[in-house]
Amino acid sequence: MAVHDQPGIGPGIQPDPRPGIVIQPPPEIDDRPPGVGLDRTTVFDLEGLAVYYGEFRAVRDVTMQIFKNEITAFIGPSGCGKTTVLRCFNRMHDVTPGARVVGQLRYHTAELYAPHVSATEVRRRIGMVFQKPNPFPKSIYDNVAFGLRSKGIRGRSEVDAIVERSLRSAALWDEVKDRLRASALGLSGGQQQRLCIARTIAVDPEVVLMDEPCSALDPVATARIEELMRELRAAYTIVIVTHNMQQAGRVSDRTAFFTTEVDSKFARRTGTLVEYDTTHNIFAKPRDQRTERYITGRFG
Amino acid sequence: MIDLRGRRAYGDRAFGSATAAAAAMVLLILGLIALTMTRRSIPVLQHMGLGFLTGSRWSPADDAFGALAFIFGTAFTALIAVVIAVPISLGVALFMTQVAPPRLGRPLVYLMDLLAGVPSVVFGLWGVLVLSQHFGLGRSFFTAGLILAIMIIPIVTSLSREVMDTTPVGDKEGALAMGTTRWEMIRATVLPHSASGLVGAVMLGLGRAMGETIAAALVIGSALGQITLDPFAPGNSMPAVIANEWGEAQELHKSSLIALAVTLFAITIIVNLIATGIVERTLKQGRGT
Amino acid sequence: MTDLTDTLAVPLDLRAKRTWRSVKSVIMTGLMTAAVIAVAVPLVAVVVAVVSRGARVVVRGFPAFFIAEIPLVGRRPGPGMGPAILGTLLSTGAATLIAVPLGVLGAVYLNEYGGKRRFARLVRFMSNVMTGVPSIVMGLFIYVTWTLRFGYSAFGGALALGCLMLPVVIGASEQMLRLVPDHLREASYAVGSSKSRTILAVVLPAAMPGIVSGSLLAVARAAGETAPLLFAVGAASAYNPNLFREANTALSIQIFSNATSSFVAAQDRAWGAALTLMLLTFIITLAARVVTARFARRR
Repeated sequence: MAVHDQPGIGPGIQPDPRPGIVIQPPPEIDDRPPGVGLDRTTVFDLEGLAVYYGEFRAVRDVTMQIFKNEITAFIGPSGCGKTTVLRCFNRMHDVTPGARVVGQLRYHTAELYAPHVSATEVRRRIGMVFQKPNPFPKSIYDNVAFGLRSKGIRGRSEVDAIVERSLRSAALWDEVKDRLRASALGLSGGQQQRLCIARTIAVDPEVVLMDEPCSALDPVATARIEELMRELRAAYTIVIVTHNMQQAGRVSDRTAFFTTEVDSKFARRTGTLVEYDTTHNIFAKPRDQRTERYITGRFG
Repeated sequence: MIDLRGRRAYGDRAFGSATAAAAAMVLLILGLIALTMTRRSIPVLQHMGLGFLTGSRWSPADDAFGALAFIFGTAFTALIAVVIAVPISLGVALFMTQVAPPRLGRPLVYLMDLLAGVPSVVFGLWGVLVLSQHFGLGRSFFTAGLILAIMIIPIVTSLSREVMDTTPVGDKEGALAMGTTRWEMIRATVLPHSASGLVGAVMLGLGRAMGETIAAALVIGSALGQITLDPFAPGNSMPAVIANEWGEAQELHKSSLIALAVTLFAITIIVNLIATGIVERTLKQGRGT
Repeated sequence: MTDLTDTLAVPLDLRAKRTWRSVKSVIMTGLMTAAVIAVAVPLVAVVVAVVSRGARVVVRGFPAFFIAEIPLVGRRPGPGMGPAILGTLLSTGAATLIAVPLGVLGAVYLNEYGGKRRFARLVRFMSNVMTGVPSIVMGLFIYVTWTLRFGYSAFGGALALGCLMLPVVIGASEQMLRLVPDHLREASYAVGSSKSRTILAVVLPAAMPGIVSGSLLAVARAAGETAPLLFAVGAASAYNPNLFREANTALSIQIFSNATSSFVAAQDRAWGAALTLMLLTFIITLAARVVTARFARRR
């Protein structure tokens, strides 16, 4: 683990004159079960990753590593490319016409964008939860069980077991166990999002990507999902995009800060990775001035 | 070692190919139509040359096939239909978009749908037995035009309605705010805005009227070689001739009827294309505002 | 002070003034209303004529009209139209089985695979053109390619009707598919489903009510078509349950041939057939509306 430093404000940061804005960096106390996360296995290895929409370069030069059983947060102002980078991990850009990914993106030892790689295979191992909950207009049971068909799991009892296990892991089982056949659209927003999480983990992925999963939810539902994330960390690797810095501070082990630069050729802004470190360091002693300005609220 | 190749993508690819094949059927059928029909028209075209289109004498017994009268008849009845239908359609469309209280909107739409749902042949039956016999209108261009008018009203109305609905509310309110009456507001804002789209809708009705076979065949009168401007004279049109003479036609005669069908096809396609082009462009413009 | 009392003393007259302008507006509104009535009149007239004259034939000796064979001699009074009903059902039913799956698959290609590609744009354009093909042209086409080789049959009629229905089904289905929101597709891809699975298990079920009602409307239109059937089905009088062999008949054909008959008996049968046809069309259209309404309620 990193060397303990003075908790609180580090060098170079001025206390913000506005009351209540100072972000309390998380303490460097390791609350995870012993043995987990210490192996620091690299799950994703990015080098010089860039994404183009047509001729326009939306994100440039992302170099970083994501580690197993950690929660990594992407933060930054809007348009900085954090969602764009996230969608590279599960080949979601394949669905967008005109999108092009260049550079190196390795998932363990495999290059994700190699020609022979099947996007469907990738997505069975790397799942995604979206900003707005998007359950299918089917029953709760059918939603969770949906991905199992593609894996070849059809036996009734096996599917039942996986559905129950996934709903329990998503902290939704007790609320829906008596109405599994009811339409998923009848659930509240927070419940729908937990259903989407259950649906994602039902196919037993290694990684769960989350694109601003709480931005459409109320604070109570948000708190439940954040609690859920901490529980899921033991079994999955989680990468979350959030525009809420406090959330990143509460939930993540590592944080990557992105920002935008002006692209003179297109008169638009290109996203770029500024700083990537443990969450504690990002908030307590950021190395880059842009990071410091963002987390103290001077812009963004 | 992570294997990301995936297996058994054949089902997925087969599905994609099947959908493309289904889509290609449209091209196949249209191509076949063009091909086979043109081939079968060649005998009579060789026989008559351009006289097929310009000659007005149609006498199968003498192997004379001049279709001008029928082309004229088709155009004439379609014109009568449009002249009758357009004011009514415009009036109904204006009523539905500008005048009708909201409660009346739904039943009016149903009324239109009901009208559109009456099969062409039933209109023809009514036309023959009621309009021409009972009311003594007889079989003529006019009777045929009247029936066709009734049949194209639904589509011209619904298209006109769509076009009129794109008039910006701001323009209408602005006119009313100046103290204009309802009619003045319509004349100043809705009509100019919708003008080109309405032209397109009318043309679409024209195209539909030209292609309608059965209703026309029953009431047009099946006269031969008549080119007259008297709408109450009996006449003939391309689809009517084909329907009525097919049963007893011999080789060359059949070829001539097929050639007629090709001519009809060509004319309706051109009219429909121009019409759809105009209507789409107006709708797109309207939505952009 | 005095000014205020002066202005307050004169009452404001805001009543509508009887000017030429306002009268003209009322006249125009009256004309528009007259147009609506002008539309209702022929519809009511046709429906009344069909119902009154048709019911006379149908009700007499009910249900003989729907079952009895068509009298060979036009002059003979009495029912029925049984073979014609069967013929209509055979041709229209078979046409639906051909056109709807093909049309839906074609629409799936256009919306899910084709997008802006040149082939897709060509198909879309040609499908539009195809909706404007006069039905008599389609009938002649089937005659030349099918009937000449295989003779008259209900199946030939089904082919002709299917060709007429295909572009309509494609257009309506593509519209419905476009309405399915993309986030549903993304959710399916995100759990590792293939494109075909996504379409079959998520997109099509979501679009199905609209596709069904659009197809039903196409079926209703096809049931009333005459011209294509004249050249493909023939005009038999006897029952012919065989789809593929021998001439058959249909309600629309019978109406057409009996309408020009000089015998009142035959004309009466034409009215009866017209009533039957309109009832059939009405039921199908009603079913289409029910499906749309249920769809709206579930959302």
